[in-house]
Amino acid sequence: MEEKLEYTPGPVIRKTGQLYDNPEKEVEKIKLTIDCREVTADKGMSVLEAARLAGIEIPSLCYLRHINETGSCRVCLVEVEVKGTKTLQASCVYPATAGLVVHTTSPRVRRVRKTMVELLLSDHHRECTTCIRNLNCELQNVADSLGIRNLKYTGEMKALQVQNDNPYIVRDYNKCIKCRRCEAICSKVQEINVYSALYRNYDTIIAPAFGQDLSRVACIACGQCVLACPTGSITEKECIESVWEALEDPDKYVVVQTAPSIQVTLGEEFGFPAGSVVTGKLAAALRRLGFDRVFATDFTADLAVMEEAHELLERLEGRGKLPLLTSCCPGWVKFAEHFYPEYLDNLSTCKSPHEMFGALTKTYIARKEGIDPEKIVVVAIMPCTAKKFEAARPEMGTGEFKDVDWVLTTRELARMIRQADISFPDLQEEEYDSPMGTASGAGAIFGSTGGVLEAAVRTACHLTTGKEADLPDYEELRGFSGLKEAEVLLKDRKLKVAIAHGTGNARVLLERLRAGETFHFVEIMACPGGCVGGGGQPIYGSRERKEVSLDYRHNRADALGRIDAAKTLRRSHENPDVLRLYKEFLGQPLGEVSRNLLHTCYTPRGKLPGFQFGGIKGSHAGHALDNMPDT
Amino acid sequence: MIIKSIEDLKEVKEKYEPLIKQRLGHRNGLGLTQILVCSGTACHSSESREVRLELEQELARRGLEEQTRVVKTGCFGFCEYGPIVMVHPGEIFYCQVRPGDVRELVEKHLIGGQVLERLLYHNDSTGKRTQTIEDIHFFQAQRRIVLRNCGVINPEEIGEYIARDGYFALADVVLHKNREEVIEMIKKSGLRGRGGAGFPTGRKWELTAAQDIRPKYVVCNADEGDPGAFMDRSILEGDPHSVLEAMTVAGYCIGANQGFIYVRAEYPIAVERLELAIEQAREAGLLGKGLFGTDFDFDLSLRFGAGAFVCGEETALLHSVMGQRGEPRPRPPYPAQEGLWGKPTLINNVETFANITVVLREGWEWYQGQGTSTSKGSKVFSLAGKIYNTGLIEVPMGTTLRTIIFDIGGGIPGNRQFKAVQTGGPSGGCIPAKYLDLPIDYESLKETGSMMGSGGMIVMDEGDCMVDIARFYLEFSQDESCGRCTPCRVGTKRLLEILIRITEGQGEMEDLEMLEELSYDIRDASLCGLGQTAPNPVLSTLRYFRNEYVTHVRDKRCPAGVCKALLHYTVDEEKCIACGLCAKACAAQAITGAPKQPYRIDPEKCTRCAACVAKCPRQAIQKGIRKDVADLGGEAGIYAGAGDTENRATL
Repeated sequence: MEEKLEYTPGPVIRKTGQLYDNPEKEVEKIKLTIDCREVTADKGMSVLEAARLAGIEIPSLCYLRHINETGSCRVCLVEVEVKGTKTLQASCVYPATAGLVVHTTSPRVRRVRKTMVELLLSDHHRECTTCIRNLNCELQNVADSLGIRNLKYTGEMKALQVQNDNPYIVRDYNKCIKCRRCEAICSKVQEINVYSALYRNYDTIIAPAFGQDLSRVACIACGQCVLACPTGSITEKECIESVWEALEDPDKYVVVQTAPSIQVTLGEEFGFPAGSVVTGKLAAALRRLGFDRVFATDFTADLAVMEEAHELLERLEGRGKLPLLTSCCPGWVKFAEHFYPEYLDNLSTCKSPHEMFGALTKTYIARKEGIDPEKIVVVAIMPCTAKKFEAARPEMGTGEFKDVDWVLTTRELARMIRQADISFPDLQEEEYDSPMGTASGAGAIFGSTGGVLEAAVRTACHLTTGKEADLPDYEELRGFSGLKEAEVLLKDRKLKVAIAHGTGNARVLLERLRAGETFHFVEIMACPGGCVGGGGQPIYGSRERKEVSLDYRHNRADALGRIDAAKTLRRSHENPDVLRLYKEFLGQPLGEVSRNLLHTCYTPRGKLPGFQFGGIKGSHAGHALDNMPDT
Repeated sequence: MIIKSIEDLKEVKEKYEPLIKQRLGHRNGLGLTQILVCSGTACHSSESREVRLELEQELARRGLEEQTRVVKTGCFGFCEYGPIVMVHPGEIFYCQVRPGDVRELVEKHLIGGQVLERLLYHNDSTGKRTQTIEDIHFFQAQRRIVLRNCGVINPEEIGEYIARDGYFALADVVLHKNREEVIEMIKKSGLRGRGGAGFPTGRKWELTAAQDIRPKYVVCNADEGDPGAFMDRSILEGDPHSVLEAMTVAGYCIGANQGFIYVRAEYPIAVERLELAIEQAREAGLLGKGLFGTDFDFDLSLRFGAGAFVCGEETALLHSVMGQRGEPRPRPPYPAQEGLWGKPTLINNVETFANITVVLREGWEWYQGQGTSTSKGSKVFSLAGKIYNTGLIEVPMGTTLRTIIFDIGGGIPGNRQFKAVQTGGPSGGCIPAKYLDLPIDYESLKETGSMMGSGGMIVMDEGDCMVDIARFYLEFSQDESCGRCTPCRVGTKRLLEILIRITEGQGEMEDLEMLEELSYDIRDASLCGLGQTAPNPVLSTLRYFRNEYVTHVRDKRCPAGVCKALLHYTVDEEKCIACGLCAKACAAQAITGAPKQPYRIDPEKCTRCAACVAKCPRQAIQKGIRKDVADLGGEAGIYAGAGDTENRATL
């Protein structure tokens, strides 16, 4: 009978859709005493949440609200008085109850908290000045605010090989503090389960199975773990140096494109509040860095909409499988290749916009401007680590050229701007270059969940009715609910469309498809919130911005919405440059040239790709691995 | 047969009772000789299985199968003298019986009708041999309540358990009592959890019963992981049905229909017996659907642990049962609220369950009259270390350490001085001689800085170095840390490193302060019991044997002569006869010499294995303080804990 037992996850696991608080929910209020102040909190909150709500800061490291509430790091310890005895409790998991008395800065708390951080530091490669997360590191901040000047306890340190055999994410176990936020976000939000704890005691590491590199496990490269990591243990694979080299090479013609969401997130790296639109400064900064042409991926987003809308109509006519699944998110594509290979035929064959961009630059632009395509270097500024993977895919090229040569994340671009000593806030706004610099509003909203589908529907409506009807208001396609469904009227036909973001939610949707539910058009983004929440976006770890919740993604998405609303052109097929491109070069959507340049195919990858025993070599964890039998 | 009522149980009992009565000393004219052979792990490892098979063959060869019967039993507790063989009638108690002794035993005792003197227990102090258990000092101060069936019944035969009134309590509960009544009984009995912390068992049952969520689960914690502890193993091997019965009662009381026994895979005999017991209970209708014709269903299944100490912690155990990594989680919520698969779960230890059947059979009034004011009943301890009679014992709560160590245990061998006793395993502490007359219960042990734990007791004499003991236990705790929380994962590592520094003669006086401070911080900050108690061996040895630490640090000397790095082996040139045996024995080739000249030991090469000491026919090799360190005195080294130059550089 025990075989039938149903596994219900523990108490703090919630679906991605509930990452964001529901303000309408009525909650009971309770009163408790924190540091001799009476504060009000919601019933069910932890002491940490209650304290932060009241403006009392308690340092924490392993805590990620609603995602990782495990009380592992013991940095958020507070003294709790129960029946006269004071005990130390991890405030992130200790429930705030009515009448509770809590001390957050008693001498005992301060002493033990300091010891905890000292212990963490004693097992951490403290190369702060050369670390990618220098000045944006939660461990650094906590150590600083506790005033640690000297480590009392020192001893053996790990010396494990840094894993960087893949083009997207670098894992340095020697900087890992075992907060397990990467594991939590990967298993509870994305539901990929790449990371878990291996070995025990001091040798514990948080790693893919058998200590494999990420390229050998079913990692979708989304980079949510990079966002979750409080230190420099998980980072994107930087390729800034290669871009500098290209820029410094007088023979190279370096073309840059920026993804739609970069204009609403880059500012955060320079002190702008979340949701600031910095499109003009972004273009100016790229010119200062020395790029020969500054274009926008928004343009090819419009192009992708044209292609995809036609593809939808074609499939609705019976040519091709339904539902049509979007393919602009490389994390999602990799997810499908690993876990849902039976749906690869449903994926739109369209390349993602930045790959379309690369392909066009090396053909259309090269011809138009009379440049040898061999001399063209395409750099893409992306909110994403999976784009680095995508650019390295063998399918993504035309003949002998890679479509995109280098992918930089938002963070890497910010670093380049700092390296060039450009004062970003003081830059005068500039325009993007023509012809691939202009976009409709539809191109802009690609950057947040639901945007691709809305953009495609806008165009498909026009294509079927042939009228420039009023822009329908697709309210139900917006917002951050994990799964959104709607019915869209296309001419006389009712289409069932659905949107999922975060692969945890994608799984739910795909299981419904498997169970036989009918949809016509489905948009899936791998990251919660879409590209505005991408794994290449700014990380909130510095002293000024230590908010670890994911709520700021709202602001970024709102900013994209404002850009869209402010445009006069809001439908992709209205973009005159796109129309000219078809006229001059591509012919027609889904035509022969498009098929060759702008479309691709997919590869089933399995759940254990390239799996082999014998992962990390190093002083500790290696020992058990060395004894593993070879298979 | 399917047992449906108390009458059915009585029928089974009647069938088996004569056998049992004879084993308890009744001369009931059965016309049958019963030979009991212990089949617990300790006796098993000294070939008791071979003894049993040999016995059966020998009896068959002599045509004695009709009037004799060879019976497997659980542990007698007298493990030092195993394998144990007991012959009834007569209750003749034979010790250390080898397969080669069987023929003589059969000839002399069974055919000749004479006791085989040679195999009787020999009391070293009186010089006499004794025939029966009652005459052996080891058993005299004991009171076997929980272990009453161990060494009496065949654990692989459910009928024998029923003949000892087994399953009557369950029948009574299921047929005649309501759950509140039973829980009230357990509460009134004063029974406290035997797993270590001593939480009142009745209260735990009440909390779990009060939850409204279904299904609920009952879990038996049989993940006995302390080094040197084997109480639970002996109960499971010797009396598995008592645990099954108690778990079923628990299921009835809290409203659960499924139970799990989480047992170490390293206990193969216990696992085998449990599997058999569950099967037999199912066949008898004592597990499964509709027990005793009521609508109460209860079934059990086993889950195996893979030897992680931390899985004895209840939340880690739950994770492991569910197939997840064995790691604790913060409480609240307690397992009684959210346990297996998020459902209310009652977790008790093996010995606690074994006590439940006692309470139900003897009544709570009787039970609460046993033991001390705060700790009721008896406690099983496993005795090990520097003591004559190692083995398994059961004494009433409140027995003094002196009684246990010197009466039951027979004292320290080799005329050595008692130094300390370690209780509670890696979570406990060392108790010095001044507390020998302390009546032990949960509270008194805690006051000494140790704890009851699951009941391991390791005796140490003057040849044990307390710093080394602390290092040993800490090494265990650090190795078994699950790696989740910072203080346990990193803190115990750093603590261990300080201890190693001290045992290697590189300690500083500040290290002692650091040891203490870090110990307190780890205790305060750790997530689960493992980390919270891991520093106990350090704190208790620091408290009672601080001078030993100081000697290690200041004089670079290990008074007990244990810490290898502080030792120096030299050849006494006067005594040496240049026989060369020491040089041959030396694996490190550290000893050199020539004929007719005294041999020399190169301290650089010497690994301090002491193999030469054992070989020397003239006791010419001496153990002493290391010269080079001794010369440096207290000023030695720049090993202050504040970090060496290399670490500073990376800061």
